[in-house]
Amino acid sequence: MQIHYDTETARLHVQLSGEIDHHSSNALRAQIDAAIYAHLPQTLELDFGSVTFMDSSGIGLIMGRYKILQPLGGEIVLTATSPHIRRVLRLAGMERLASITTEAEVTS
Amino acid sequence: MKILNEFRCSFPACSANEALARAAVSAFLIPADPTAQELADLRTVISEAVTNAIVHGYRGTEGEVSICLRMLPERVIYIRVSDKGCGIPDVAKAMEPLYTSAPEEERAGLGFAIMQTFTDSLHVRSIPGHGTVLTMRRRLGKNDAES
Repeated sequence: MQIHYDTETARLHVQLSGEIDHHSSNALRAQIDAAIYAHLPQTLELDFGSVTFMDSSGIGLIMGRYKILQPLGGEIVLTATSPHIRRVLRLAGMERLASITTEAEVTS
Repeated sequence: MKILNEFRCSFPACSANEALARAAVSAFLIPADPTAQELADLRTVISEAVTNAIVHGYRGTEGEVSICLRMLPERVIYIRVSDKGCGIPDVAKAMEPLYTSAPEEERAGLGFAIMQTFTDSLHVRSIPGHGTVLTMRRRLGKNDAES
């Protein structure tokens, strides 16, 4: 996982990779939260371009970060989502909490 | 019903084995030539079932999770996941979307919803104090309009 913060846009870009399940999500959560509290971003971008699998643990991960960002007035964008990941996101109604795109957004 | 092929295994209830269970499903399904979506769906289903057994069945205690995969006629895939953990006192409640007995772990409460959506049938048998058995069936090659 790679994390990059852009100070001009206050955007925290998190490049997720591999398989997101119950086993891997604890470590992901700790790293993402450390970056959120360090930067207090306006936008958290979770980039799924290198994610090969996700189950409902990924939904828990997104919902948890959403709860942290809400008091900050921040937003979550989910980018580069594959058909499988969008299927799980839609089943969970994640489009109500976050914007979802199929492509990676261009970040400066 | 005639069983065309079968794979059974048991493993300790530790979270690293969630990936092992998915790999078993992938390897078992490949000869049946599933679509990418069918493969992803059933990998997700086993991941949810095994995670439930580890997180809710055993709740951090030691134990064993067993899986049984069967290839049945007409491309029906049978998946059974069982544990000898604490069981589910109220199955109907546990199956409600967004209900979770482990909110502190950030569980979304969507495991059963995913298992129900991604399979044709899901049966839950559970005896509190003794364990839980989930059985699911999914027929490959059905025209799946909702993608």
